[in-house]
Amino acid sequence: MQVHKKKMRLSAVLLTLALGATACGGNSDSEGGGSGGSGEGASGGTFSYTLTNPENPLIPGNTTESEGSQIISALFTGLITYNVDTSKAEFDGVAESIESDDSTLWTIKLKDGWKFHDGTPVDAQSFVDAWNYTALSTNAQGGSYFFENVEGYKDLQAETDDNDVVTKQPTSKAMSGLKVVDPKTFTVKLNAPFAQYPITVGYNAFAPLPKAFFADPEAFGTKPIGNGPFKANEAFRQDVGFKLTRFDDYAGQKAKADAVDIKIISDVTTAYTEVQAGGLDILDTIPAENITTAPQEFGDRFIERESSSFTYMGFPTYDPRYSDKKVRQAFSMAIDRQAITKAIFNGTREPAMSVVSPVVDGSRKDACKYCKFDPAAAKKLLAETNFNTSQPIDLWFNAGANHDAWVTAVGNQLRENLGITYTLKGDLQFGEYLPVGRGKKFTGPFRLGWSMDYPSPQNYLEPLYTEAALPPGSNTAFYVNPAFDAKVKEGNASKTNEAAIKKYQEAEDILLEDMPIMPMFYGKLQSVHSPKVSNVKFDAFGQCDLASVTVKQ
Amino acid sequence: MGRYIARRLLLTIPVLLGSTFLIFAMVYALPGDPIAALVGDRRISPSVVAELKDRYNLNDPLHVQYAKYLGGLVQGDLGTDFSGRSVAGTVKERFPVTLKLAIVAIVFEAVIGLIAGILSGIRKGSFFDNLVLVSTIFVVSIPVFVLGFLAQLSLGLKLGLFPISGISEGWYSYLLPGFVLATLSIAYVARLTRTSLVENLRNDYVRTAKAKGLPPRTVIGKHTMRNSLIPVVTFLGADFGALLSGAIVTEGIFNLPGLGRTVYQAVLSGEGAVTVGIVTLFIFIYIFFNLVVDVLYAALDPRIRYE
Repeated sequence: MQVHKKKMRLSAVLLTLALGATACGGNSDSEGGGSGGSGEGASGGTFSYTLTNPENPLIPGNTTESEGSQIISALFTGLITYNVDTSKAEFDGVAESIESDDSTLWTIKLKDGWKFHDGTPVDAQSFVDAWNYTALSTNAQGGSYFFENVEGYKDLQAETDDNDVVTKQPTSKAMSGLKVVDPKTFTVKLNAPFAQYPITVGYNAFAPLPKAFFADPEAFGTKPIGNGPFKANEAFRQDVGFKLTRFDDYAGQKAKADAVDIKIISDVTTAYTEVQAGGLDILDTIPAENITTAPQEFGDRFIERESSSFTYMGFPTYDPRYSDKKVRQAFSMAIDRQAITKAIFNGTREPAMSVVSPVVDGSRKDACKYCKFDPAAAKKLLAETNFNTSQPIDLWFNAGANHDAWVTAVGNQLRENLGITYTLKGDLQFGEYLPVGRGKKFTGPFRLGWSMDYPSPQNYLEPLYTEAALPPGSNTAFYVNPAFDAKVKEGNASKTNEAAIKKYQEAEDILLEDMPIMPMFYGKLQSVHSPKVSNVKFDAFGQCDLASVTVKQ
Repeated sequence: MGRYIARRLLLTIPVLLGSTFLIFAMVYALPGDPIAALVGDRRISPSVVAELKDRYNLNDPLHVQYAKYLGGLVQGDLGTDFSGRSVAGTVKERFPVTLKLAIVAIVFEAVIGLIAGILSGIRKGSFFDNLVLVSTIFVVSIPVFVLGFLAQLSLGLKLGLFPISGISEGWYSYLLPGFVLATLSIAYVARLTRTSLVENLRNDYVRTAKAKGLPPRTVIGKHTMRNSLIPVVTFLGADFGALLSGAIVTEGIFNLPGLGRTVYQAVLSGEGAVTVGIVTLFIFIYIFFNLVVDVLYAALDPRIRYE
């Protein structure tokens, strides 16, 4: 999952200009303006939460970006939940148990008493129907790929040619691997053993859907009927938002507040001004120009936590210049990540020392020995290869996403430490950038990013570097190593979580020795909130736990 | 007059047809694969990509895409965006916001601009006249986003007089953005009115009117104003059309869910149907207000006849 925020970055520059023009500092505690909309007399109160526009209608299976996910997670509860602090899977959702003897055939038992907002029960059928709908390619749901490890998934996918033209329609509408046993039990048969399967099913795409959805998906998309701690009483409006109220028949931990006002504000500077004025309670992004002042201004109402996002630079391993792993290792050692996170990001990124984010169980702080800054060793290692240092290298990144500064810093460090000049290739928007990579046309190291779908090391390995993940998958480095693939498979087939993690770490070691990509940074999330709310917590997905927020009366 | 209006309205059909095709071709020519841009770093099933491309005719050549679009248009179907939301629904939801903002802005323009222009015009060379001249130059040289953030920080955050963003307080929410949006045009209207008035006050008919003993109020209010207002009305009419075609920056700063931001986002993400639908609406509005201005000419100046 890629974090997909479309906040207008232009405004950051514009505000700086505006402030410069008037020399008026923007920090104040003054009240008034905006509309807090606090629910007087109610027991739990109302607070507001800012997002930018969700990309798609609010259907769980079609919501794979951060903004829509935040709304979906307030409206729906899946089989399992993830601990806000540790990201560990917990059985606080609809599932009573998810068990298997062979890691292939999983039996999922549901708890009693769970209801959708329209009063209908959450049963096994509501999961199976939802999963089949999401998987079927003609429904064009972005979350379809989450079910690719279920037996029969292929029959629900249209066949396509290289030009993305459908050559054969799907042959089935239901995955053969899903079977309803009784109203409270269903089984999932996977294509291959996967010990960590229970950890994966907490994501949006696995949420249950009520009968009402299938009757009118379009109406559902603006006013979803879920089974989560909050329910929607009005239709969602683009660029405005909507109000969610507490669902009193919720079978899990009930929401503390009476209601949450979801406000859509695309301009992050405007949203920040609103929080300063008290017109808005929680904001999960801070404008770049305020990042250094926000901690003092907001005190303990400024929250920072590590997020699951991971930035890396891939190598075009198909290019003879970069086919020698020593070249790639030397590049990695020549970059002072610590200096870049400090100078360019003001500490809002963490230097990456492995390919698995530290928010995940099984991540190691010292996995990447070639990520330690060592210019002398780098130079020595590069001299052992026949890399032509007199020819400049190309550094690729996508345009319009603020990557210019840090990629330039990487280039400068390579120039200083290895004596190679560089050319920036940062003119392409993502829509053009990715096809270039998929067509093996990158001519030098390229920037890419990743955020987890579920908290497992497997999610940072298998979808990115295995042979099965070659484009149209995300393995844009075109890295193929059967030994790596085998270790990942062994991890998937392990009986216990510990054994799986051990195998994944061995796979990671192979990967970091071959270095088809250089780990660069882990992301961090910064948020501010008004004095009106407390107990504001964010998880590693970057999502606020809206149900636990309390409002001062 | 009726025949003239009918002819002008008929002329809009080829204009709209040509412009939709031009915009369509331009969106088509935007580099990059819109679905790839939409998906970004995320994973997606290749079959889903194919389904999306098929659904939004992205695999067809330009003329086929355009023919399919026109086919829908004839049946009153404006198409959908890449998330399946209907363009007609989006326009219906957002147009009132843009309309309210434009009305507030045009009222500010007309009232403040005209008053300032008339007062400085009849007292040419006075302190007030110079003040208007200097302040309008000042206003014209400040970009709208600076004014926007400035107004938001000072009047919204510091003084708390106006809502900082959003439309939750009805017409009151539109006052500040409307004023910010209007500032540039207020300056134009004031200067245009002043110049035009000063010029007309030098005319022979004004001297005649004064000489035959008419009170100054009648000379200026009845005789000079009518002639001086023609260029101002032209400007206001055309400007209202422009205001209705969305104010991307102002809508962005004040978080107003209007058409300007929609079309901005649609262009960025290569959404053909949305861009063409909304821009076509803009063109139609523009043509319509030009027609209104032309008709108003005849009302203001009896010498002008359309037949």
